[in-house]
Amino acid sequence: MRSYVLRRVLHSLLTLFGVSLVVFGILRVLPGDPAKMMLPDNASAAQVEELRRQFGLLEPLHVQYVAFLSSIVRGDFGQSFQFRAPARSVVGERIWPTLHLALAAFSLTVLLGVPAGILAATRHRTMFDYGSIFLAALGQSLPNFWLGIMLILLFGVTLGWLPTSGYQGPAYLVLPAVTLAAYPMALVARLTRSSMLEVLGREYIRTARSKGLAERTVVMLHGVKNASIPVVTILGLQIGVLLGGAVITESVFAWPGIGKLAVDSIFQRDFPVIQVVLILAAAVFIVINLIVDLLYTVLDPRIRYS
Amino acid sequence: MTAAETSVEGAPVAQRALVRGGSWRQVLGRSLRRNPTIVIGGGLLLLLVLSAVLAPVLAPANPTQAGFSTRVRPPSILGTSSGFVLGSDNLGRDILSRVLYGGQLSLSLAAASVVLSGIIGVAAGLVSGYVGGRVDDAIMRIVDVQLAFPVILLAIAVVAVIGTSTTALIGVLALSGWVIYARTVRANVLSVKEQEYVGAARALGAGDVRIVLLHVLPNTMAPIIVVATVQLATMLLLESGLSFLGLGIQPPTPSWGRMLAEGRDYLSNAWWISTVPGIAISLAVLGANLLGDGLRDVLDPNLRGM
Repeated sequence: MRSYVLRRVLHSLLTLFGVSLVVFGILRVLPGDPAKMMLPDNASAAQVEELRRQFGLLEPLHVQYVAFLSSIVRGDFGQSFQFRAPARSVVGERIWPTLHLALAAFSLTVLLGVPAGILAATRHRTMFDYGSIFLAALGQSLPNFWLGIMLILLFGVTLGWLPTSGYQGPAYLVLPAVTLAAYPMALVARLTRSSMLEVLGREYIRTARSKGLAERTVVMLHGVKNASIPVVTILGLQIGVLLGGAVITESVFAWPGIGKLAVDSIFQRDFPVIQVVLILAAAVFIVINLIVDLLYTVLDPRIRYS
Repeated sequence: MTAAETSVEGAPVAQRALVRGGSWRQVLGRSLRRNPTIVIGGGLLLLLVLSAVLAPVLAPANPTQAGFSTRVRPPSILGTSSGFVLGSDNLGRDILSRVLYGGQLSLSLAAASVVLSGIIGVAAGLVSGYVGGRVDDAIMRIVDVQLAFPVILLAIAVVAVIGTSTTALIGVLALSGWVIYARTVRANVLSVKEQEYVGAARALGAGDVRIVLLHVLPNTMAPIIVVATVQLATMLLLESGLSFLGLGIQPPTPSWGRMLAEGRDYLSNAWWISTVPGIAISLAVLGANLLGDGLRDVLDPNLRGM
């Protein structure tokens, strides 16, 4: 058990190291000179040279990388070009709206996706089952930006029931959260359904039924618990899907979160901000999946010994 | 139910069909009847590919021909006499023609990136699974790093740095897609390489390259085909998402995502500009998803829930 936890933590650290290399690579090795981008177009060659020296861009790459790593560890990500403020605090301010949105969408995914999958499996080959399969296929096929636009058109423009852009209260959360949740909700519902169908066909379920347990107990206690491992894995991976989806969803609904900030910063070539967003998104994903992996050991004791 | 059918209950459908025998036409026909999703999904995809290929013949107008006097005309299939079957956009261009031509770009970009990411991912998976040890560890850590970044975020960062050429776009899409092939192929290779026929080939003096290409690869084709089909859906969504954010192929070449983004500002008075390309993307993604689901059931039921 201890060695398993240790190994997983070590893997996560290695992955984080890889993430730092990728971010460094994207921002430094690929073409595009930050010094030139920060200075006005008419800056002299000497000024560019001076700024490059200040940034340490004239040092060999490995020295630059060590400097980059140590500044990250210190939490110093440099100044945002567009906001003229520390990149860390620029991103920090935008975390809450994104967290709000992601949490709402994740709740929808768990609270609607999982029960829909369980119900579809227990009502296998009924209209409810076919209906949910159809909805899930749809949910996985509609591009989320288009779904967002269609929701705006229906509930905002035509019916006028809900606000369509900005972030000023709970009502503003509804359309973006539904848009963001559509894909993961469909995926989770489908996976829960197939996982439940498989488990409900097992012998121990027949045993549980034959010893006279109520159907409810059979499904909830024996079925759901055993079907939960693949579902928990996928739920963990959905954090990445939600963070990625937030990039587009926030752009559609003018939601002032990290996703919209990332897109704006890329257009503004605001590299310090992009750097924070990339590292933050990857770190959150790694940490959550580490937690999910450790959760398995609770759900399935066999994993501890493998 | 016949005796032959009961005896092979639970086997993949294709195998069941084979057990029952008959000419390949009968086998194929039976498989397809049992899996209407393959027919529906494949048919949908085929229809869209054909209409894109035949765009020069089918399109009623030049897709880039603007006209001031014909701006934002509603679709004539709704009973108006606008002269545009699916309406015209904000620059007076025929939307039907643009959707047909847009399919050429969207579908070929998606297909090209599926093939490219497939080649990279399959190669990585084969090496990782067959060689094992440190090489396997290294490749899997790279996969972990890649998975830690939200795909769209990585894609927009790379596109922003290297620009939006067709080659860059295919490269970015392929870069984000190879991991899933690598993981799937690796898992399959691990089980295939323990098979007796691989041992037999080695005993006969076959080299590693020969074993991998002639014995291991053909036996991992089923999951590769399934992954490729599902990836086509993912690539279509990703490409249209990038175009939507303004990071796709630049105007005037129409692409579905770009058309959708252009119609956003006209939602309240010309909903069809965004709606029509959105339906096209959704149908293509739905087709690929359904086809992938059907193929998975026939070829490799173990991949369910992927």
